[in-house]
Amino acid sequence: MAKKLLLDKVHVPGIRSYEVYRKEGGYRSVEKAFRLTPAEIVEEVKLSGLRGRGGAGFPTGMKWSFLAKPEGVPRYLVCNADESEPGTFKDRYLMEFIPHLLIEGMIVSSFALGSNVSYIYIRGEYAWITDILESAIAEAKQNGWLGKNILGTGFDCELYVQRGAGAYICGEETALIESLEGKRGNPRIKPPFPAVKGLWDCPTVVNNVETLAAVVPIINEGGEAYSKIGVGKSTGTKLISACGNINKPGIYEIDMTISVEDFIFSDEYCGGIPNGKKLKACIPGGSSVPILPANLLLTTAKGEKRMMNYEGLSDGGFATGSMMGSGGFIVLDEDQCVVRNTMTLARFYHHESCGQCSPCREGTGWMERILKKIESGKGEMKDIDLLWDIQRKIEGNTICPLGDAAAWPVAAAIRHFRDEFEWHVLNPDKCLTENFGLRHYADPIHVTVTA
Amino acid sequence: MIQFSEEKLNKVSEIIHRYPEGKQKSALLPILHLAQDEFGGWLETPVMDYVATLLNIEPIEVYEVASFYSMYNLKPVGKYLFEVCQTGPCMINGSDDIIGYIKTKLNIGVGETTADGLFTLKTVECLGACGYAPMMQLGKTYREHLTKEKVDAIVAECRSKAN
Repeated sequence: MAKKLLLDKVHVPGIRSYEVYRKEGGYRSVEKAFRLTPAEIVEEVKLSGLRGRGGAGFPTGMKWSFLAKPEGVPRYLVCNADESEPGTFKDRYLMEFIPHLLIEGMIVSSFALGSNVSYIYIRGEYAWITDILESAIAEAKQNGWLGKNILGTGFDCELYVQRGAGAYICGEETALIESLEGKRGNPRIKPPFPAVKGLWDCPTVVNNVETLAAVVPIINEGGEAYSKIGVGKSTGTKLISACGNINKPGIYEIDMTISVEDFIFSDEYCGGIPNGKKLKACIPGGSSVPILPANLLLTTAKGEKRMMNYEGLSDGGFATGSMMGSGGFIVLDEDQCVVRNTMTLARFYHHESCGQCSPCREGTGWMERILKKIESGKGEMKDIDLLWDIQRKIEGNTICPLGDAAAWPVAAAIRHFRDEFEWHVLNPDKCLTENFGLRHYADPIHVTVTA
Repeated sequence: MIQFSEEKLNKVSEIIHRYPEGKQKSALLPILHLAQDEFGGWLETPVMDYVATLLNIEPIEVYEVASFYSMYNLKPVGKYLFEVCQTGPCMINGSDDIIGYIKTKLNIGVGETTADGLFTLKTVECLGACGYAPMMQLGKTYREHLTKEKVDAIVAECRSKAN
C-alpha cells in the first residue's frame, strides 16, 4: 500500500467537520509554520521538490520565491480550483471530502507569502462544494485559524471563495485573475507575470488545490522527508483521477513509484478493463496531453516499463511519450474510436477558446469541423494532412497554452492512429456502424537498434 | 420592478466587502449568479442593468461578462435545466445515448424547452465528473452514473416537484 499524505484521513467518519479534522491532527502545520519565518517555509517547500499539481508541473517553491515584495503593496494568494480539464476530477474530491486540508494549506501558504486576503477561485459548476468550503472556512474562523491576529501572532488572514461561471480558460492563471476582477476570462500577455503584477496589479501567486494541500504534509514532515517519497524529480504523492473504460474509476493517491501497467491492471488501483476487453489507448494526464496507444503507454520506446511519474510519462517526448499533466487518466478499450474521441476533445477546445488569438479561435473550429467530417464518413485523405497543418499553426502561436492544449491531442491522435483516420476515409459507410478496433495498437514494440 | 430583497441586498454588500475598496467589480460574477437564481433562471437586459447599478459599473461591463461564461443564460430556460456532459470521458461511457434518450422522452432538441416550460435540454462540456460518467448538472447538484431508468426517475421527480 502506497503512503498517503493527502487522503490518509479522507475515510475517517465526519472528517469534513472541524472537530474531527482537528482531532485527527488537523491544523498542526499552521502551529508549526508560525514557529518558522515565512522565508523558512518557502525553503521547506523548495526542499520538498513539490511541483505544481495543476498540470504544468512547475516547482512550487521556485514560483513562490519569484513573488515580488514591494513596500506597502498587498500580496495575494489565489487557489486555482477551476478544475476543468477533461478527465480531471481530483480537486473536487479533495475539497468535497476533506475541505479543511485545503484551508489549512492556504493559511500556511498565505503566511509564507504574506497574503492577508486569499481567494479560492472555484469553477461555477461546483456550486455545492462552494457551500462546503464556505462552512469549513466559517468553522476555521470561529476556532481562531482565520481572521485578525491568528493565534496571537499578529498575522491577519481572510479567506474567500469565488465562484466562476463556466469557462475552462479561467484555469489559466492570468485568465483566472481577470475573472476574479469581474471581467471576461481573457488571458494576459506575459510578462509581467502574476508574481509581479497579478490580482489588481499586485504581486500574486496562483496555485492549484492539490499543490496547496500538499504544503500541509511538507510542513508537518519537513521538506526533506517529503522529497524522499517518490523518485527523481517526481517527489511526494500525486492524485490521479482515473476514468474511461476501467473497473474502478475514481481518485487514487500514488507515490509515483508504480508502473502504468500496475496502475491500470492491479486491484489496488483501476482494477483492469471491464468485460474482458483489451486496452487500446490512454490519455494519461488530462485531455490536453498526447494520447498513447497501449504498447507505447505500457512500455517506453526503449522497451522499458513506463512509470507513473513526471519523467516516466514524458519519456520519449511527444514522439513516443506523453505527460503527467493534471493526472486526469482516461482509458480507452478496444471498442473506442480514436477519431470520435478526438472529435469530442476538439469540440471542447473550440467551445472553450476565449477568442482572443486568431490561430486558436479559428483553428479550433476548423479542427472540430474536419474531425466531424472524417468521423461521419465524409472525409478525404487530404483532410488528415490539413488537420495536421492546422494544429501545427495553432501550437506556440497563442497568448496562453490553450492553443497548445488544443493542438496536442489532435497531433498525437494522427501521429499514433493515422491508419484509423485513413480507415474512416476509405470506409465511409462501414465507419458509421463499425469501429476500427484494437488492430496492432497493443502489439509489442520493436526497438530499433541504432548504431 | 427588478429589485433584490433586503436579505439578498445584504448578501450583495457582504460579497462586495470581500475585495479592497474600489474593486467592487470583482463581485460581478457572484452577483450575476444571485441575480439569475432570483429573477427567473436567466439574465434579461433589465436584470443586467440593475446589477450594473448595484456595482456602479457600466451596463456593457455586465453584458460582456454575462455573454462570456456558459452558466449565464441569456434567454429563458425551463424550470429544470438538464445540462448533459458530452466530452470524451462521458462519451466513452455512453453520453450520446443518454442525450438521445432525453430528446425522445421530452420530445425536444438540444437547446430547446418543452411546451409546458418545465424542461430545457443543453449539452455542456466537461463538468469534472469523468469518473462518474455519464452525468448531468441539475440546478446546484450533479446527477451521475446516468442510465435511462435514472433519467426517468429524475424527470418524474421534477414533475412531481413542479406540481
